[in-house]
Amino acid sequence: MDDLDRRLINRLQYGLPLVKRPWQALADELKSDSQTLRDRVQALLDDGTLTRFGPMFDIDRLGGAFTLAALSVPDERFDTVAAQLEAMPEVAHNYRREHAWNMWFVLGCTAPEGIAETIARIEAQTGLPVLNLPKEETYHVGLHFSV
Amino acid sequence: MSACISQFDGRSDPALIRSLVELTQAGLPLVDNPWAWIGERLGLDEDTVLALLHQLQAGGAIRRIAAVPNHYRLGYRHNGMTVWDVDDTHLPRLGPLLGAQPFVSHCYRRPRRDGWRYNLFAMVHGRSTDEIEDYRAQIRQLLGDACRADEMLVSSRILKKTGLRV
Repeated sequence: MDDLDRRLINRLQYGLPLVKRPWQALADELKSDSQTLRDRVQALLDDGTLTRFGPMFDIDRLGGAFTLAALSVPDERFDTVAAQLEAMPEVAHNYRREHAWNMWFVLGCTAPEGIAETIARIEAQTGLPVLNLPKEETYHVGLHFSV
Repeated sequence: MSACISQFDGRSDPALIRSLVELTQAGLPLVDNPWAWIGERLGLDEDTVLALLHQLQAGGAIRRIAAVPNHYRLGYRHNGMTVWDVDDTHLPRLGPLLGAQPFVSHCYRRPRRDGWRYNLFAMVHGRSTDEIEDYRAQIRQLLGDACRADEMLVSSRILKKTGLRV
């Protein structure tokens, strides 16, 4: 990773400018050229430094719904339950966390009813109660990882 | 083209917004003219796509068109979900205060439940366990007496990570 990569990663977290020929605008700003920048972004995606490049949608504003939920899974069943959640398209992220509630996941659905249905399905499949913690107020979203 | 903008209000044309989401949720191709690329697939011209994106961004449906770094790869290997039991009457002041801290990526109020007493969540990221412990201590100071209990849930394994599907 060289200086141009670092400047590109820092700059692109704020977003591609919404102007005509956006890569050219960015190239002017970073004193590079459009093709080079796009090649660099592709290389950073290929090597896993960037996970995605594209529009970041706010699912709530699009009529979707999501929630943060948790399960308290006995250790001997942990991998089995993780695989059950892995198979559900509604489960976006799932993390093990060191706590009595040891499995934390985000559910994303197109409609609010989908959340309740998915929670009922998880409870039926796993036999475990789901701790459902939908956000009631957003105080902040977004972090810039500088490199 | 500005005369056309009103017809692309998300509330009046959800089908178009849905098409845009489906087309781009896996990412935007790295082509010289991404707006024309989108336009060709949605049957719109470049100016109309740009106007639509401006409108969606202004309305909050699109935060930005951006690169998402793998924060593990950038050295931010430690994250802690800090959770706080805070006096409800102080939340309108303390929630935004926590959210404004540079090391907090997400900050929400969430409901209390049987067996779950915490109503304020703040996610912190750092390059070491000491760094995130330090952030937790800073938050504890900010909350002061309004906080009755707290915990930090450290992630030890990513079990699944995909984009949100809509």
